[in-house]
Amino acid sequence: MTPTDQPIVVRDLCKRYGDRNVVDHLDLTIEPGEVFGFLGPNGAGKTTTIDILTGRRPRTSGDVEVLGHDPWRDAAAWRARIGVVPQRTGEYPVLTVREVVSMFAALYPRPLPVDEVIDMVGLTKKAKDLAANLSGGQKRRLDVAVGVVGNPELIFLDEPTTGLDPVARREAWDLVRFFADRGTTTLLTTHYLDEVEALSQRAGIIVGGSLVEIGTMSELASREHVVTTISCSIPETLRDVTLPAQLDPHQLSIDDARITKGQLRIETHDPCQVTYELLSWARQYGARELPDFRVVQPSLEEVYLRLVHGADTRAKEMAPTDEVVQ
Amino acid sequence: MSGMQDVRTTGIPVMDPSAVEPRRPGSPLWRATVALTKAELRNFFRNKMQLTFVLLFPILLLVVFASLFSGSVKVGDETVPLKQLMMAGIIAAGVMSTGFQGVAIDIVLERDKGMIRRLATAPMPRAAYFIAKIVRVLVTTFVEVAILLSISVFAYHLPLPGTGARWLTFGWVILLGTFACTLMGMAWAGVIPSGPAATPMTTPIFLVLQFISGVFITLSDTPKWMLFVGELFPLKWMAQGLRSVFLPDVMKYGEPRHSWELATGAIVMGAWVVFGTFVTWRTFKWRGPKVI
Repeated sequence: MTPTDQPIVVRDLCKRYGDRNVVDHLDLTIEPGEVFGFLGPNGAGKTTTIDILTGRRPRTSGDVEVLGHDPWRDAAAWRARIGVVPQRTGEYPVLTVREVVSMFAALYPRPLPVDEVIDMVGLTKKAKDLAANLSGGQKRRLDVAVGVVGNPELIFLDEPTTGLDPVARREAWDLVRFFADRGTTTLLTTHYLDEVEALSQRAGIIVGGSLVEIGTMSELASREHVVTTISCSIPETLRDVTLPAQLDPHQLSIDDARITKGQLRIETHDPCQVTYELLSWARQYGARELPDFRVVQPSLEEVYLRLVHGADTRAKEMAPTDEVVQ
Repeated sequence: MSGMQDVRTTGIPVMDPSAVEPRRPGSPLWRATVALTKAELRNFFRNKMQLTFVLLFPILLLVVFASLFSGSVKVGDETVPLKQLMMAGIIAAGVMSTGFQGVAIDIVLERDKGMIRRLATAPMPRAAYFIAKIVRVLVTTFVEVAILLSISVFAYHLPLPGTGARWLTFGWVILLGTFACTLMGMAWAGVIPSGPAATPMTTPIFLVLQFISGVFITLSDTPKWMLFVGELFPLKWMAQGLRSVFLPDVMKYGEPRHSWELATGAIVMGAWVVFGTFVTWRTFKWRGPKVI
């Protein structure tokens, strides 16, 4: 695939404010038709990156191609192909919902039908109400309608569901899926990890202006640094038997292994191997069952928090306990 | 609706992806201009605040001044009630109100509310935005002038222009004045940093210009240096041009240079159109930190 087939190609992007790089040597490639989740804490550079990709801000250095064009050149024909829902909810003139969407539709060469777009964002009952009289969540939905009415090939959604109630959020998700089904590429920033898990094929985590992690959702949750926790109760019969040497913290990339009040807890990067060793050991000493046996992979949220807080979080998790194996 | 119509988790029917309107005929500029003009006019006439501020203020001014000023001015053999002398100025102020003040504040608020940002995201020919604003100002100015003129004529016996030539002058002075003030407003909007600053940075200019342009105080009573400053702006020339329309010709001897100076007025107002267009073209921001 040639680079121009990819809707977004970013190489070594920097954006400098004063003496600080808000976006710091960022590399990012978005594949056609995918929903890409852009995660990161506030101030990480998500919105600045989106602003650069949508042609609102110039970059300090680096290469950026969006649909094969330099966004800063901001050509009208290029704008017709992208849709943007900015983070800040817009306040529209004294117009009804339908009038607002119609007005924006008139600015595009091939818009979607106005009433269908209003229906898609769930505002049909409010179509004749003034935009100013909508609730916060409804205003946000109107924003989404305005952003997508031009029938874009590439959509930028900057925290589209912030402020929406759970039902409205699900509706917004359906909208993202609707465009994804049509083959529309979507770049979605959000604070909500469940949103990324529900909608995205791939996600990137941006911290301090750089991508610290990028991959498919399962890749993100199973990276080497991600620790799987294996836990079980040790049966009475095995209380006095020492654990096998293979479960020593220096083997099998085990971060931590401890028995607290009869509960075994192992944190490892090799969950299959550890499970095998553990079950073999139990069987060897005549135990067919290990009660409460669980293999827990961290949720994406945990992965995310670990990445964002880095070493800090990991240090806190290594809290001392009363009984440490060996 | 077939094929892709499915029901998702929330039961919201999702539309057929092939339901795209065919590429529309006609020029994008025309389509965008019509759409934005419709929105501008609806917005203006539905927005009670703006309607009051921009339309009612000059009407209030007219009534207050007409009630305040008594006495008359005598030039040569002609005696003209002072209130009639002021009405031309107040009509000019009305044009500046809808043009300069209305447009400058409006653009800054649209910038603050995310409208300009969203318009800039659409592939709209950018001229459409300015054309729509100018059309709105022309319509609102027409309404404004019609109301002021009606009050002046019916309540305060201001004589309507007596000749076709005077009607013609009335027409071009209002039109050129509207363009000059509107472009001055567009240019000024670029200087205003934020929404809350819009009114405090615009109304004083309008107010001061009214004092030094022969709207509140006759030019003969205005100090020379103030007169000079006033002459740099369109309001003075609009007011003077309108006095030439409504007052007996001999009254021109009451003007600073004993003439209506219509040509000079046309040049200054025309210069503002050019200057305002240039500044707007060079400084109007469609993107960047100020465009929220």
